[in-house]
Amino acid sequence: MSDLDCSRRYRLDPDVALRPEPFGALAYHYGSRRLTFLRSPLLAELVRHLEEHASIDDALAASVPEERHGAFRHALGALADSRFICAC
Amino acid sequence: MPAETALLTEQLKGGLNAPICLTWEVTYGCNLACTHCLSSSGRRDPNELSTAEAMAVIDELHDLQVFYVNIGGGEPTIRSDFYELVDYSVARGVGVKFSTNGSTINAARAQRLAGTDYVDVQISIDGADAATNDPIRGVGSYATARRAMDHLAAANFGPFKISVVMTRNNIPQLDAFAALADSYGAQLRLTRLRPSGRGADVWNELHPTSEQQVELYRWLIERPGVLTGDSFFHLSALGEALPGLNLCGAGRVVCLIDPVGDVYACPFVLHDEFKAGSVREANGFSGVWRDSDLFRSLREPTSAGACASCGSYDACQGGCMAAKFFTGLPLDGPDPECVKGYGETLLAGVAAGAAPSAGPGHSVPIRLTRRR
Amino acid sequence: MVSPNTPTTIEASDAEAAPQEPLVTEELLVEEISIDGMCGVY
Repeated sequence: MSDLDCSRRYRLDPDVALRPEPFGALAYHYGSRRLTFLRSPLLAELVRHLEEHASIDDALAASVPEERHGAFRHALGALADSRFICAC
Repeated sequence: MPAETALLTEQLKGGLNAPICLTWEVTYGCNLACTHCLSSSGRRDPNELSTAEAMAVIDELHDLQVFYVNIGGGEPTIRSDFYELVDYSVARGVGVKFSTNGSTINAARAQRLAGTDYVDVQISIDGADAATNDPIRGVGSYATARRAMDHLAAANFGPFKISVVMTRNNIPQLDAFAALADSYGAQLRLTRLRPSGRGADVWNELHPTSEQQVELYRWLIERPGVLTGDSFFHLSALGEALPGLNLCGAGRVVCLIDPVGDVYACPFVLHDEFKAGSVREANGFSGVWRDSDLFRSLREPTSAGACASCGSYDACQGGCMAAKFFTGLPLDGPDPECVKGYGETLLAGVAAGAAPSAGPGHSVPIRLTRRR
Repeated sequence: MVSPNTPTTIEASDAEAAPQEPLVTEELLVEEISIDGMCGVY
């Protein structure tokens, strides 16, 4: 279970590159050599602009339909676990 | 395969904006003459990309946001500009893993590599001892590789990769390879022998037996930490899928740039039939990746063909294009090493000499290798 | 769970089309693959 704190601001780790693809995006962590598929263009955009929102809750409220918030929180948790995103 | 995973692989088969990673053979020159060399390396080609041309390729990889390039050859480190190119690539944000026989990794070089980030080193051996390794890679090659590993360890390089091509002779050494990697804190990587390059000449006697394939599959399933480059996806028909995308990446997820700038679908199909274009063309590498006829056709949905009636097709995807091509089998049918034996049956019908060949490539004629 | 009557369909791959939101379960919005996990590099 992840330690995602949705009341905090998060950002993409500076060692991570995000490359748009037809299915969403590829994310590569240069430090850990880990490669992740973000299988949703909406998720890719959310992650790209994550830092602009005061918290994950705010980012979700601004960008994602409410019925998908659970799934997106789960996805962000996985990204936090593998250090692709981190709390500011 | 769960339906959701199948969806991702279907999307990947349709192609990507850029390769995820690719192989770049920077020279056909090599100080060894391994009997199974996929690129038939030995002599340098007089038309190899210049330093400036190579840097232009790296610039394109940067623009495409390619994360990582696998550099090989031949023996890539014999290029006098090799480390300059590595440094340039890393500076432009393209990580490097280079594959080497270790002959140029002395103590000083190991120290310098230990101080370089975003560079991975892969040392090739094909036996857990000289008796098994050297008949393939040459007298003294095992000792050379071990010395390179010792230097990297002494320099605290960190985890390097040990890469082994699996053959009939070294399958019994699986545990020994794992122990060797453990002893260095290195990552073990096992890959598939394809009948490509000089591999075509030794494939009949060196490719694993069907029993050995089962042994290898079971061993890999027990050890998800062992890397394979997804090169054994044809074995996934034996049971649960091995880790990885379990599909042929050629022209879709990966490709090869050769020493003279020609772009091929993958390093195992160095043949005109699978040449997509050249980085020296007007639109460079990007143009070839995006628009070449070959890659467009590889990205079209394929049918199971002769494999349609086999329940395992979803798992094995019909196996490896290169293995089929160079054994003279049709591409829309079973792999020559199909775990159900369908490939072996079909091979019996291939006439002697009928399989395509790319010729001797850059192999050094035998008499020259005996000069000493 | 993907409903067979869903209004959104996944089109066959066309790189020029606007990306469609996929119908994937929450577990698979994010999927990790080893950088070594694709065939055709050495």
